[in-house]
Amino acid sequence: MLHSVIAAAAEAEETVNPLIPAIYDIIWSSFVFVVILFFFWKLVLPRMQKLLDDRAEAIEGNIAKADEAQRKAEAALEQYTAQLAAARVEAGQIREQARADGQQIVAELREQASNDAGRILATAKTQIEAEHQAAITSLRSEVGTLALDLASGVIGESLTDDARASAIVDRFLADIESSENTAPSAGKH
Amino acid sequence: MLARRPASLFVVARAELHAPKQEKALLETAVNLLVPLASDDGEFHGPTINEFFPDAIFFANTPFEMNRIILIRFIAVAVMMLLFWAGTRRMKIVPTRLQSLVEMGLDLVRVNIAEDLLGKKDGKRFLPLITTIFFMVLFMNLTGVIPFLNIAGTSVIGVPLVLALVAYGAFLYAGIKKHPGKFFRNSLFPPGVPPVLYIIVTPIEFVSTFLIRPVTLTLRLLMNMVVGHLLLVLFFAATQFFFFTADGGFKLFGVGTLAFGFVFTLFELLVATLQAYVFALLTAVYIQLALADEH
Repeated sequence: MLHSVIAAAAEAEETVNPLIPAIYDIIWSSFVFVVILFFFWKLVLPRMQKLLDDRAEAIEGNIAKADEAQRKAEAALEQYTAQLAAARVEAGQIREQARADGQQIVAELREQASNDAGRILATAKTQIEAEHQAAITSLRSEVGTLALDLASGVIGESLTDDARASAIVDRFLADIESSENTAPSAGKH
Repeated sequence: MLARRPASLFVVARAELHAPKQEKALLETAVNLLVPLASDDGEFHGPTINEFFPDAIFFANTPFEMNRIILIRFIAVAVMMLLFWAGTRRMKIVPTRLQSLVEMGLDLVRVNIAEDLLGKKDGKRFLPLITTIFFMVLFMNLTGVIPFLNIAGTSVIGVPLVLALVAYGAFLYAGIKKHPGKFFRNSLFPPGVPPVLYIIVTPIEFVSTFLIRPVTLTLRLLMNMVVGHLLLVLFFAATQFFFFTADGGFKLFGVGTLAFGFVFTLFELLVATLQAYVFALLTAVYIQLALADEH
């Protein structure tokens, strides 16, 4: 069938069998093939391979960079947290210290104050006692003199005899003292 | 023949067994279609097979004769190389538009054909060959629908034949290199088959593996492009005829033939891409079969 058709066509016109290659066709086809093969093999595909490698590297590099950034951030966060905790502990210690110091200061002041008060009180008592004794002594001598003078005046004689005079004074004073003791009750009558 | 091979390969291989019959039928249809028209009485000139053998332009009657189709092939190759050269000139990690287009094309071959069928290692070994076959066929196919070129560079037997022989050579090389000394024996006398059956199996294996493969690769591409061109010429010649030569009502037929021509132009775009893909894919499949462990 095929042959008859081609034969018929060949009779009508000079026809070429499309299945039989011409020499020049094969030569040029081979030439073109070799050129393209080397073009892709030596130029395009190496470029493409390089790009793929670069791209993979870039992606891996970015991932590594991100990992490192994250690690750094985590480390910083940890550091801050640790610092914060340390600061808190330190603040607590300072507060405790301050409270203890305060208490100590207050106690010291209180003790000092009480000491001062005691000392002042003791001094005052001593002074009062001394003055009291002085007053008693001076009063006693003055009252003695005064009474003797008064008595001398009254009895008109000088009580020069000291022995007697002092006996008199002593008796007088004893009288006064006893009267002082009884006077409040006598006064009520 | 292929009972132990994966199912998808089985389908491919079975289609390939039937392919020569189809291709032959295709050729007969094509030739039948054009002969009566060619021998018409002169009113209407349909396309003839001589379309594919234009007069020589340079170096006539030498082995380096150049005609229009050879020049068209050169143009296609030049455009392709320019595109890939420019697209890969300054490769950036974040691609520009042209670069991503080129990358997409290269990735189609690398990922979907080479690495998918052959794995990373063997895929890389045969990548230059498969890439070359794919883009050479693609760009030469596309000239069939480009205005002023209007004929596919692959529609003359040279390119399909050379590429099929290259694919065949790659298949033999891969098999012999992978299984030195055992490749032909295991291909022709598959292990695990009762020896008596070799009487039947061996001729079938020989024909299917070593004869039919390059022939089908050649004819599938050649006939698709020949018939595509003839159909387009037929539709547009008929449109011309109906519009400007035919009388009255017949002019309306021109609208129909023009529409068909338009649709078939788009269809040819699909066929051009598909045939390039099929050619590259089958080359990879043959290499894969040769590398398969059963050899």
